[in-house]
Amino acid sequence: MGSKYDVLVIGGGNAALCAAIAARRGGASVLVLEGAPKFYRGGNTRHTRNMRCAHDAATEILTGPYTEEEFWEDLLRVTGGQTDEVLARHMIRESKDILNWIVEQGVRWQPSLGGTLSLGRTNSFFLGGGRAMLNALYLTAEQLGVEVEYDAEVIDLVIEHGMFLAARLKRPVNGEIEIRATSLVAAAGGFEANIEWLKQYWGEAADNFLIRGTPYNRGWILKMLLDKGVQEVGDPTQCHAVAIDARAPKFDGGIITRHDSVVFGIVVNKHAQRFYDEGEDIWPKRYAIWGRLVAAQPDQIAYIIFDSTVVTSFMPTLFPPIAGQTVTELAAKLDLDPAALEKTITEFNAAVRPGTFDHTILDDCRTEGITPQKTHWARRIATPPYLAYPVRPGITFTYLGTRVNKEARMLMADGRPSANMFAAGEIMAGNVLGKGYAAGMGMTIGSVFGRIAGREAAKHARN
Amino acid sequence: MHATRILDEADRLMTVCNSCRYCEGLCAVFPAMEMRRAFSDGDLNYLANLCHGCGACYVDCQFSPPHEFNVNVPKTLAIVRAESYAAYAWPQALSGTFARNGLVISIIAALSMAVFILGFAIWNDRSVLFGVHTGPGAFYRLMPHNAMAALFSAALLYAILALVLSVRAFWRDIGPPIGGRADGGSIFQAIRDAGELRYLHGGGVGCYNEDDKPTDRRKLYHHLTFYGFLLCFAATSVATLYHYVLGREAPYPWWDLPVVLGTLGGIGLIIGPIGLFAAKMRRDPALLDESRYGMDVGFIAMLFLTGLTGMALLLLRETSAMGPLLALHLGAVFALFITMPYGKFVHGIYRFAALVRYAQERRSEASA
Repeated sequence: MGSKYDVLVIGGGNAALCAAIAARRGGASVLVLEGAPKFYRGGNTRHTRNMRCAHDAATEILTGPYTEEEFWEDLLRVTGGQTDEVLARHMIRESKDILNWIVEQGVRWQPSLGGTLSLGRTNSFFLGGGRAMLNALYLTAEQLGVEVEYDAEVIDLVIEHGMFLAARLKRPVNGEIEIRATSLVAAAGGFEANIEWLKQYWGEAADNFLIRGTPYNRGWILKMLLDKGVQEVGDPTQCHAVAIDARAPKFDGGIITRHDSVVFGIVVNKHAQRFYDEGEDIWPKRYAIWGRLVAAQPDQIAYIIFDSTVVTSFMPTLFPPIAGQTVTELAAKLDLDPAALEKTITEFNAAVRPGTFDHTILDDCRTEGITPQKTHWARRIATPPYLAYPVRPGITFTYLGTRVNKEARMLMADGRPSANMFAAGEIMAGNVLGKGYAAGMGMTIGSVFGRIAGREAAKHARN
Repeated sequence: MHATRILDEADRLMTVCNSCRYCEGLCAVFPAMEMRRAFSDGDLNYLANLCHGCGACYVDCQFSPPHEFNVNVPKTLAIVRAESYAAYAWPQALSGTFARNGLVISIIAALSMAVFILGFAIWNDRSVLFGVHTGPGAFYRLMPHNAMAALFSAALLYAILALVLSVRAFWRDIGPPIGGRADGGSIFQAIRDAGELRYLHGGGVGCYNEDDKPTDRRKLYHHLTFYGFLLCFAATSVATLYHYVLGREAPYPWWDLPVVLGTLGGIGLIIGPIGLFAAKMRRDPALLDESRYGMDVGFIAMLFLTGLTGMALLLLRETSAMGPLLALHLGAVFALFITMPYGKFVHGIYRFAALVRYAQERRSEASA
């Protein structure tokens, strides 16, 4: 038997810590159970760098206003309308105050980082990145008296008629114990690191997926809640995927394995064939479609091919490009059919029409007479060395979650709100974000609903 | 490939960091890195000397150990930095002194003090060495002023010569600034940045220790030490002017400018090094180049010894202990001077040069 807490928070990222701090400030005793070891604490928050909050005027670090209405329009656009308007508008309104509240919790802002000028007005960047943000939140939580346990593997939740009673915890040394609490905040993320679960929707292809975050985002808490009658939200088959370097580690390669060079070259599959318009839209607007596109190719692998003229057009990369003095030499290094790659590049080069290159606008450099077309930024690939990055789908997060109301209170399958169970962060992001993504929204969902969940959980516990 | 394995490692890390850039707001190292896509030996030595070792980028990094990317910028740059001191040292024959610096410094300090004591004992009558001397010229009954001035000027001039030639080698190796701008404003900017230790701040919260709770103590104690050192130097300079311009001989009364400056400086040189040593003990070993422990502590100890013997001399100068204390103090100062170009003292000179280069690059970037 363990002791009893007012509020039990399961998870250890931005949403969990905001909930823990808000609950503690609301007078509750709080225990945080983080499934990962201390170094890997925080789930996907480790790899974030900014948060999107509405604001009516420029701030010290934001270059101009970003109104609630504009935020809402952006959300509507990226989700294609798959959002809960009441919840989303509530979140956007609350996000305004988060800009200050999060600073009161020790997090520090900085102007947008180099190479992210397009976000300078809308997104506030964490000084030192997501792990720095986490460090600040943990320090504040601990100073307030929040208890934190790492490597905390929750093996079961005791829930009766939509009422949380206790969590069963398996400890590495002392065996199983039961922890009772008056309220539960579930903020344990999605299931992107659970390859077996991904395979239910993607089949064997999921074995070739790389997971951008830690191996600890396994979705067990989400699964337990859904199994015990919480209403689900979001498309279970969908995940946010970008093209990342195929040489990246299986887990936790983070942001540095990404490639933003697609628009400067062509992308071919393992048969050295092009399969999609590389110049469809301005980067990073189309950044997130390439994970899905590569996942649909044989063996879930593709190669961004370009030449030496564009090497300095994008950010330096973690892994150097693979180089060949001739197309044949490059093909050999990539294990592609040299004749097929030669043919693809020759045909592409022949189809390139003259134009004025400008990567900041949808320029007039395009191809004619090949399928698929490259509709912008098409330039001949003809100056050796020829270069390539191998890419695979990099899974960022999943959309399946628990349905909640404006109080971040979970709704049961029959539509009734749970008496004492709240959810925040990626585990309920699907309420607001039915599909798509725009930079910094995950952190907005985490902080806003984390704060609400913590406040409401403490209120319930005190009554 | 670079000249050493640690430079290869620094290159690997800067490649990782340049594809991430989350730390760009923490200090000067990362913005300077972002101006480059490839890193020569000189570039890496420049970045290493720009690093103040606050540790913020280590605790903020999602890829620091135990992550397989194994990113430890503070430790790697600390090793590169220390190796750069040896690589640029003049004359090169003495570059080996950096390797076992703590031992070298202790031996030189002990020898120097012993020689002064022995020298006083040989040149002076026993009654003079242990006698009570007061009034103007009291010190010079143990060692003639001109001999003292000649000896210490020679030591200081040698130190300055060796430092200038070493830093010149560094300056040449790091190449022209990105943007090509070199103006006086950059030097003033660097003086401000160094004077306030702008980048020893963990991005604003202080330095990181073992317990996740940053503090500003290293900055405070470094200020006490550095400004203490400058005040002591000012005290000596004023006293020299008194001697040659006004014809007034030391010792001076407690309220006189050289003594006031020296006393304030001495207090700084006692408290500062103790604080720096204590702060060093509390630092996370993962951030430090532990093989250079001797070099760091050797220099801290030399400063402390200089401050301590100076203050003791001030307090006891009217007693029979004055003779031996003067010998100890002169020994400490002499050792401090001649070991300056071959110990931790050089960190300030190289870092200042790196800050000047950084100011030049930032100003070119801003005007571009």
